[in-house]
Amino acid sequence: MAESILKGTWRVKAGLAQMLKGGVIMDVVTAEQAKIAEEAGAVAVMALERVPADIRAAGGVARMADPAHIEAIMKAVSIPVMAKCRIGHFVEAQILEALGVDYIDESEVLTPADENHHIWKHDFKVPFVCGCRDLGEALRRIAEGAAMIRTKGEAGTGNVVEAVRHMRAVMDACRRIQNMPDDELVTEAKNLGAPLELVMEVKRLGRLPVVNFAAGGIATPADAALMMQLGADGVFVGSGIFKSENPAKRARAIVLAVTYYNDPKILAEISKELGEPMRGIDVRQLAPQELLATRGV
Amino acid sequence: MRIGVLALQGDFAEHIEVLRKLGVEAVEVRKPGDLAGVDGLIIPGGESTTIGRLLSLSGLRPEVTGRALEGMPIWGTCAGMILLSREADRLLEPPLGLIDIKIERNAFGRQVDSFEVDLEVPKLGGRPVRAVFIRAPVIREVGPAVEVLARLPDGTPVAVEQGKFLGTAFHPELTDDTRFHEYFLSLVKN
Repeated sequence: MAESILKGTWRVKAGLAQMLKGGVIMDVVTAEQAKIAEEAGAVAVMALERVPADIRAAGGVARMADPAHIEAIMKAVSIPVMAKCRIGHFVEAQILEALGVDYIDESEVLTPADENHHIWKHDFKVPFVCGCRDLGEALRRIAEGAAMIRTKGEAGTGNVVEAVRHMRAVMDACRRIQNMPDDELVTEAKNLGAPLELVMEVKRLGRLPVVNFAAGGIATPADAALMMQLGADGVFVGSGIFKSENPAKRARAIVLAVTYYNDPKILAEISKELGEPMRGIDVRQLAPQELLATRGV
Repeated sequence: MRIGVLALQGDFAEHIEVLRKLGVEAVEVRKPGDLAGVDGLIIPGGESTTIGRLLSLSGLRPEVTGRALEGMPIWGTCAGMILLSREADRLLEPPLGLIDIKIERNAFGRQVDSFEVDLEVPKLGGRPVRAVFIRAPVIREVGPAVEVLARLPDGTPVAVEQGKFLGTAFHPELTDDTRFHEYFLSLVKN
């Protein structure tokens, strides 16, 4: 009977993302920040050396974090720990899997290692989350083996506008396909650049076949609730917490905002006196080469 | 019959879908008062630290405990079972202490060690249950009043019952097998 135990199946990979639903995943750069995130009620942390706002400011090539740094964060908390690898850098992913991280984010926030191919994620026992701007990108990543999707937004800006654009694009395409006659699905798959089987799955379900979080620019409880009302299953908050004046208080408020996203009275209460949010960037002021969301499509 | 599903965080929507498939009225429980008119409660899978913290912040904790002591059946899956236990490690808030078990969280290892397996559950009869374990807790101690419903091949207990309280370390809501839900509904009916 023991030989019938199966690890790394699709169900346990996609299943962990289902357990994270209705939760907040927070970027952290130290063990102390990881503890603050856990205390505030985060469902997971993303172990980084720099938050996206600092990656943006530092320039240069952004790579996987030092394994010792990730391990220190893994030791500090009991909640799942995620870590980022560069798009297409399957050896960084192998290293993260060997470390025992719970989810790998193949992320546009780091400098891509391959401008044509993403990682073939089916080869791994550890599950992957990938970013998307629209349904075609989401389904291509799922075809490669991503067990969880997040909208890209524009990381490190503290500006929710791109996250909204991407979430609306995904939800709108799902609704459209749900009402599409079967004889239009092949052309739709061609236009999306996505496998027909997954397009048919979207039609059947009326949504993505995996959990879909919002990410990239969420800085306030209202931002988080906005993404939930638009259809997100949960949110990633990157620079928004630890680049603000009172991270612990803001972190807890965002956790509550994701649970009570449909309750404006509670949202009003928890939004009070949180201190200064991160300053933020007008995405329209960024040059095209400064945009992260256009990497790895 | 109306079943509440604690909807603070986690896979509550999956439980609600199974309940509705079984023709049972299912409601989300988020705030004090939401338990009114509810005959049984499911605490879903999710992050036990998060759900435990929100149970206190929401003001629901005393209401859940109060209803439990009045005899309302509760079933916890994975994180939910952790919250029903007498003792569990590294939680932010103490568990509810409704089932006399001691828990070690994530004791099978990290996510790469998550697994699925067929389990014999004599009380459900018939074919084995496909059980999905995700960063699952291990039950280290079982009190005398607790009945073990299922064990792993190595003898580790993974499903327990004490009075009207049910705990599973795995996630029946992630499979198409509805027998555990039906079993819980039978506890609520009696």
